[in-house]
Amino acid sequence: MMAQIQQEKDRLNLAPKKFNMWIFLFTSFMFFMALTSGFIVYVGGSKTHELTIKLPQIFMYSTGAIILSSLTMFLASREAKHLQFAKQRLFLWLTIFLGIAFFVLQVFAWKALIDMHQHLVNPNASISFVYVISGAHLLHILAGLLLIINTLVKSYKNTPQVLNLYNMEMSSIFWHFIDIIWIYLYVFLLLNQR
Amino acid sequence: MSTLAVHDHHDGVEHHDHDHGHHHKETFISKYIFSMDHKMIAKQFLITGIIMAVIAMILSILFRIQLAYPDKAFPFLETILGRFAPGGRLDANFYLSLVTIHGTIMVFFVLTAGLSGTFSNLLIPFQLGARDMASPFMNMLSYWMFFTASVIMLASFFVQKGPAGGGWTIYPPLSALPKAMPGSAEGMTLWLISMVLFVASQLMGGINYVSTVLNMRTKGMDLWKMPLTIWAFFLTAILGILAFPVLVAGVVLLVFDRSFGTSFYLSEIVVQGQVMNYEGGSPILFQHLFWFLGHPEVYIVIMPAMGIASEVMSVNSRKPIFGYHAMVYSLIGITVLSFIVWGHHMFVTGMNPFLGGVFMITTLIIAVPSAVKTFNWLATLWRGNIRFTPGMLFAIGLVSFFISGGITGIFLGNAALDINLHDTYFVVAHFHLVMGSAAIFGMLAGVYHWFPKMFGRMMDEKLGYLHFWLTFIGAYLVFFPMHFMGLDGVPRRYYAFTEIESLKQWLSVNTFITWAAIMSALAQVAFLFNFFYSIFFGKKATQNPWNSTTLEWTTPVERIHGNWPGEIPTVYRWPYDYSKPGAEEDFIPQTTPYSQTMTSNLPHDFEDNPTGLTQYNEWLKTQKVQEEVK
Ligand code: HEM
Ligand SMILES: [Cu+2]
Repeated sequence: MMAQIQQEKDRLNLAPKKFNMWIFLFTSFMFFMALTSGFIVYVGGSKTHELTIKLPQIFMYSTGAIILSSLTMFLASREAKHLQFAKQRLFLWLTIFLGIAFFVLQVFAWKALIDMHQHLVNPNASISFVYVISGAHLLHILAGLLLIINTLVKSYKNTPQVLNLYNMEMSSIFWHFIDIIWIYLYVFLLLNQR
Repeated sequence: MSTLAVHDHHDGVEHHDHDHGHHHKETFISKYIFSMDHKMIAKQFLITGIIMAVIAMILSILFRIQLAYPDKAFPFLETILGRFAPGGRLDANFYLSLVTIHGTIMVFFVLTAGLSGTFSNLLIPFQLGARDMASPFMNMLSYWMFFTASVIMLASFFVQKGPAGGGWTIYPPLSALPKAMPGSAEGMTLWLISMVLFVASQLMGGINYVSTVLNMRTKGMDLWKMPLTIWAFFLTAILGILAFPVLVAGVVLLVFDRSFGTSFYLSEIVVQGQVMNYEGGSPILFQHLFWFLGHPEVYIVIMPAMGIASEVMSVNSRKPIFGYHAMVYSLIGITVLSFIVWGHHMFVTGMNPFLGGVFMITTLIIAVPSAVKTFNWLATLWRGNIRFTPGMLFAIGLVSFFISGGITGIFLGNAALDINLHDTYFVVAHFHLVMGSAAIFGMLAGVYHWFPKMFGRMMDEKLGYLHFWLTFIGAYLVFFPMHFMGLDGVPRRYYAFTEIESLKQWLSVNTFITWAAIMSALAQVAFLFNFFYSIFFGKKATQNPWNSTTLEWTTPVERIHGNWPGEIPTVYRWPYDYSKPGAEEDFIPQTTPYSQTMTSNLPHDFEDNPTGLTQYNEWLKTQKVQEEVK
């Protein structure tokens, strides 16, 4: 019996794929570490390189949105485990909504920066860094949203529970990760404000 | 629960059979082109790598001709290069492009993708006892991204201003200002696109390698029973996963400078009499980001070659590898240390001397694990029952090059010396021996050794010897004289030295080097012929032609889908039981349990196996009793 289940597992072969996701998070982590280290090196180069602006308030709201979205994502996973598929979908919808809200708020934050006359093209590249760092993060948000949409769409089709849980897990690992990364990036930028 | 599982299982079996039916009806496209089989992907990487290597080698001969005969015109150059060699003389900017693309292709496309891509894909599933990689689909994607990256890199020869020309390290400002020189224009854009694809390909490959090593080993294959090849590929993949994203970050900022006008790397600068719109950027920032990848990258290149050499040398010395654990720990040491030495490429950037000192110390420390490996190889050869197969010769060649190139690394690692030697031919000599030649020799050792596993046929030995000796001697003739040029201050990447009084005397040496390079290049024809001829007409290989202990040689010669026809074999022992005293043959495969080799077992074999040890002791007692009876 055990051997048969084992074979079944081999066929689906999900564990290594989940593992792949974790390793991918490492690459992504290194990417953001490189950007922030680059920031440190740049700012350390000269007094005029410091981040002399106050970051727009909107970043506060977007951070709130993404933290909330992590919560709804967590709830969606929990409902999926308890076989409450209707609720799972509801929370996934909410997560997608909050994710889009985050996206839009970030764009508004850029607009606020522009209104402050702090453009991407800037003699003080530490401000360009704010754009590049949040922009690179937004690309990750886009990927995360696609993953969640994939999970949601498949949950409407007749997907076996094993796969549903697997999709759920893959998308929530990634989503929580980019949530944490954003908090890191935001706190990092806040601490470097002068 | 039980009924549910049974039901599931039934479904599973039916599905499985169904799947299988599909696999057997493989079309040409699914078998040879969009293949997801690790063996086929390995061959795709190898052949693409070989083609890229030949191209990069031809590029190097072209610029060597320029260095040897700076005043001569060669009409055939104009015939083949057209506007890049007007009047038969190489264009100065095109010379820089040649150097750049030669370096890029050799370092990234041949020695990173060609080497890791071939042998990690081939050997990780084979030597660990897995049917395929963790994600065959990602694996396929990885190859095709690499292929696309190669095509784009080569396509840059066909744009108006020629390929990128800023050197393989693409330092800004040259790389960031499209107008700075011809090699900064579209060619550089293509370079950047190609490299982004390349990095994506390497990351997908690397993620797969790590995941496969950690999740898909067969029964009994614990980490300490893995061959050194696998350890090397595994740690190489980790290096890549941690280092390549940093290059991407650096390149992203570069693209912003190039295309959107930001000033990350650019400060006040005048191009062709025109003041550019940049302020306050720091080109040194790029060097930090680049070398944070760049230095691990050189170990990404050499570590798989080291793993291959360890395996090939052990098999062909008919001896266990000397210091297996020390070999693994030095690989781990190299992996960790290689992240904290990047500053040794930047001693002359006006770096704080204290920081320079720190980088100097870490750099000299990394020589320790490198030396441990070297001594272990020599100790493996010591009193071995050596079989000089072509693979073995190339592995020994690696050791030779690694020693001669590594020693000059210690010179360069000292900031006080490096300030004189930086950007001279001394550096060129250093890295072509320690990285270029050593890694290529490791790769060739692997090709000769595992050719029977890849194609079911043997390569010709005589041609192999010819190839080895010409290449080995040729490489030393090419690179050794460069040390002296460097000590005299001859700078690298110069188009010609004819205008510089003090450097004119080196012309004769340059001519000599060029002829040596042409000889070594011609020697590769022996390899290419041997390789492609043997694929179709080589002698048929037996299942285990080298009498090796590792798992890949337990698979059928026909190389079937899923690797083993029946169950995957179980592993009982480490991979280096060669010439074990008391054994019937001079090798014991990893799949032979200790119960079948009573006469050769040692107490040491049962370190973590108390039941085995009791049985072994009992067996010893019965032996004694029998002897007394006699
Ligand atoms: C024994 C330990 C080693 C030491 C102490 C060492 C030290 C150095 C130093 C200080 C430089 C900078 C020289 C300069 O630009 O002025 C250098 C350059 C280089 N090293 Fe090593 N190295 C060692 C081993 C290796 C290995 C094993 C590889 C590759 C497999 C390697 C590949 C390179 C490359 C590619 C460059 C030149 C990069 C460039 O400027 O284009 N080195 N090495
Ligand atoms: Cu280095």
